[in-house]
Amino acid sequence: MTAVVNVFLKEGVLDPQGKAAHHALDSLGFSGVADVRIGKQIIIQLETTDKTKAQAEVKEMCETLLANTVIEDYTIEIN
Amino acid sequence: MKVAVLRFPGTNCDFDTQYAFEKLGHTTQLVWHENTELPADIDLVVVPGGFSYGDYLRSGSIARFAPVMKAVTSYANNGGKVLGICNGFQILTEAGLLPGALKRNNNLHFISKHQNLCVINNDNAFLNQCTKGEVLNIPIAHADGNYYIDDTGLKNLEDNGQVLLRYSDTNGEPVVVNGSVTSIAGVCNENKNVFGLMPHPERALEAILGSEDGVRMLKGFDA
Repeated sequence: MTAVVNVFLKEGVLDPQGKAAHHALDSLGFSGVADVRIGKQIIIQLETTDKTKAQAEVKEMCETLLANTVIEDYTIEIN
Repeated sequence: MKVAVLRFPGTNCDFDTQYAFEKLGHTTQLVWHENTELPADIDLVVVPGGFSYGDYLRSGSIARFAPVMKAVTSYANNGGKVLGICNGFQILTEAGLLPGALKRNNNLHFISKHQNLCVINNDNAFLNQCTKGEVLNIPIAHADGNYYIDDTGLKNLEDNGQVLLRYSDTNGEPVVVNGSVTSIAGVCNENKNVFGLMPHPERALEAILGSEDGVRMLKGFDA
C-alpha cells in the first residue's frame, strides 16, 4: 500500500515560503491569488495490505516524526 | 565545572563550544550521539550548533531521536542543566524539552551577522551574570530561527519569566530579525534548567573578534 502524507504549517502560523511565492505570483500578473501555502508531501510504501492498520501506523509516524504538531498539520491518504 | 558537549553527524560548533568552556576554565568532553549515557559527574550538557543529520525533514527532528537524547532527557528531567545553541535549540524544541518551535526565517535567508540582544530575564542559572535590560552583541547564523509559540504558550513563557533574550536595537527595543514571535531569541523551560537560544555566545569571547559579551553569558553556569 502507499501512504501519501501532506504536511503543512497550521492555519494562523505564517508560512514564509507561501508568502514569498504569493508575492512572486502577484508580480507576474496573477492577480487573482488569495493565498498560497507551501508544504511537503511524503510518500511511504507500506508492506501491509490492511488499510486500517496502515492508517494507524502512518498516523503514529506523523505524530512521532513526520510532522511537528506545534506548528504543522498533516493529512494521510492510503491507496 | 565539567561540561558534556554533544556531537551529531553534521554538528559543526562542537570545537568552538569546547574552546569556549575551556577558556573559562572548565573541563569538557565530547559525547557522540550514539552513546546511551552521559559522562559521570557533569555539571552541564551543551547541544551545540550545526546541521545535525543535514537538517533533513526539519532542523533537529532526526537528532532528537539519537540514542544520547534519551540520556539528555532523563538528565534534564532530574534537574540537570542543558544548554542548546542554534541547532541545539532546535533539537531541544523538537525533543519537547523546550516549548515552541523554530520555523524558516521570514525572509527565507540564512542570516549571519552580529546582532544586539536584550536580556529579558536573568533570574536563572544561565543569564545571572547579565543585567535585566542589558544589550549584548552576539553573532547569529541560522536559516530556521523564526521562533513560534501560540498565544497561550507565549503568555505562560512571559508569566513564568521564561523569555531569556529578544533581538533588539542598541537601546534594547525589540527588532524584527527573522520573524520570531515578539522577537524572541532564547527561552528556558518552566523549571529553568533547560535553556535554548539561536545566537552563538561561544563565538563572542574576544573583543578582537567583534565582541566578548558571550563570556558573561556562559559564565552564569558556574556562578
